[in-house]
Amino acid sequence: MIAASELTKRYPGGREALRNVSFTITAGEMVFLTGHSGAGKSTLFRLLAAIERPTTGAILINGQNLASLRRPAIPYLRRKLGLIFQDRKLLFDRSVLDNVLLPLAIVGLPRKEAEHRAQAALAKVGLTGRDQTLPIALSGGEQQRLAIARAVVNRPAILLADEPTANLDTASAGEILAIFRAFQQVGVTVLIAMHEVPSLAGPPVRVLRLEHGELCSESK
Amino acid sequence: MKASVIHHLAALREACRRLLAAPLNCVLSLLVIGIALTLPSAGWLALENLRQATGNASGVQQISLYLALDAGQREIAEIETRLREAGAGRWRFVSRAEALKHLQASEGMAEIIASLPSNPLPDAFVVTPGDSRPAVLESLAASFAGWPKVAHVQLDSAWVQRFDALLRLGKRLVGLLAVLFAGALVTITFTTIRLQILAQAAEIEVAKLVGATDAWIQRPLLHFGVLQGALGGLVAALLVTLGFHLLSPPVGELARLYGADFVLRSLSGLDVAVLAGVGGVLGWVGARLSARLHLRHLE
Repeated sequence: MIAASELTKRYPGGREALRNVSFTITAGEMVFLTGHSGAGKSTLFRLLAAIERPTTGAILINGQNLASLRRPAIPYLRRKLGLIFQDRKLLFDRSVLDNVLLPLAIVGLPRKEAEHRAQAALAKVGLTGRDQTLPIALSGGEQQRLAIARAVVNRPAILLADEPTANLDTASAGEILAIFRAFQQVGVTVLIAMHEVPSLAGPPVRVLRLEHGELCSESK
Repeated sequence: MKASVIHHLAALREACRRLLAAPLNCVLSLLVIGIALTLPSAGWLALENLRQATGNASGVQQISLYLALDAGQREIAEIETRLREAGAGRWRFVSRAEALKHLQASEGMAEIIASLPSNPLPDAFVVTPGDSRPAVLESLAASFAGWPKVAHVQLDSAWVQRFDALLRLGKRLVGLLAVLFAGALVTITFTTIRLQILAQAAEIEVAKLVGATDAWIQRPLLHFGVLQGALGGLVAALLVTLGFHLLSPPVGELARLYGADFVLRSLSGLDVAVLAGVGGVLGWVGARLSARLHLRHLE
């Protein structure tokens, strides 16, 4: 479960990126976080990923308050999250397989087992047979699918994605969202930050709308 | 436990990969570290050889007790008991007759000795103390001089003191060199690791975002520092051994000309291991300092 309470983020210089934001996302839910550029979506994403800390307020992820989380505990929290970035953050000098293996190497999984799990993750996102390819040889949509494979390889309970379909054509964007929907259907909590709510097959999803750093509406 | 072993093996593999990724850089770094470690280790070895050479030379660390001419067997036995009780180290009794025989054997002395009416030489003890520090030697000599029937005690203390002072100066110089070059090794490793961190900033950022701890990120860097330092130590051992093999024949020849049987001692297996170990530890220090400082800057 994700719960934000009275969340405020003020940057040096006084700019307030988020103001008194509160919401709750239950386990297995799929939520879209929308808003125009500068509304605070990426700031909220960074707070949820423990990349930044809130100025005031609390963020609870599975009962753990990120606002008071000690620095050495942050990597262990991130292992429980699947993070997908707008710029993908792939290692372009490593193969597709090595990119997916990275989180497993970090937790110390034996190579053979890690490879097995990495191949399974690649299969889930439709990149079977591309394991030895360099990411530079993949299309934008494939690169984003690779980023998703890396995010899910540790079997996280929560997936956080920041603009995962940015710069993708409609077909590729649809495929990426379908992958997220598939993970939600097996119980993974999914929070996606996007400009607009896309049309998505299946049950309705909840939408949190941010404007000028404030949560202005919530709808299904 | 298992995960820790996997982490260390992976870090070691990664460190080896980084070493081999730029062979020329690697060789040059190892040469620089090797030369930095060669100077103090060669100095230390030279001092060891000097100490060994002078330790073998007769008279340097010995005290001679010359007895009064009227000293009998009872007094000789008493002095021997006192030497034993004083824990004076090793000693050898040289009788008057034996001393005369030695003197007669010396070139040009036979005729002079023959012309003497009686044996003028006294009985003597030649003591080799276990502790060869000048202060101990002098204290022993003063104590021997007060014993009954000891007519004269001879210790070339000035020579011993000069030699000891020289050795201490040499040790101090080698120590200073060691500190200086240890600093150089730490600095070399510090810079190498800094460059690696800068080159891999993107990879480190991604690793942190997917859950890497500082320890996980630092581990291959520390392995690299240890590996580079230890290999540098082995290069130093190779250079020192090579140098001593080149110097050994002329030194031996020089020693033979002085009537001494002296063989230059090179590095033992333990010395090589210590050198590699010291290099490894210094490499670890440099890598650790660099990793802590520069990884913090990356955040």
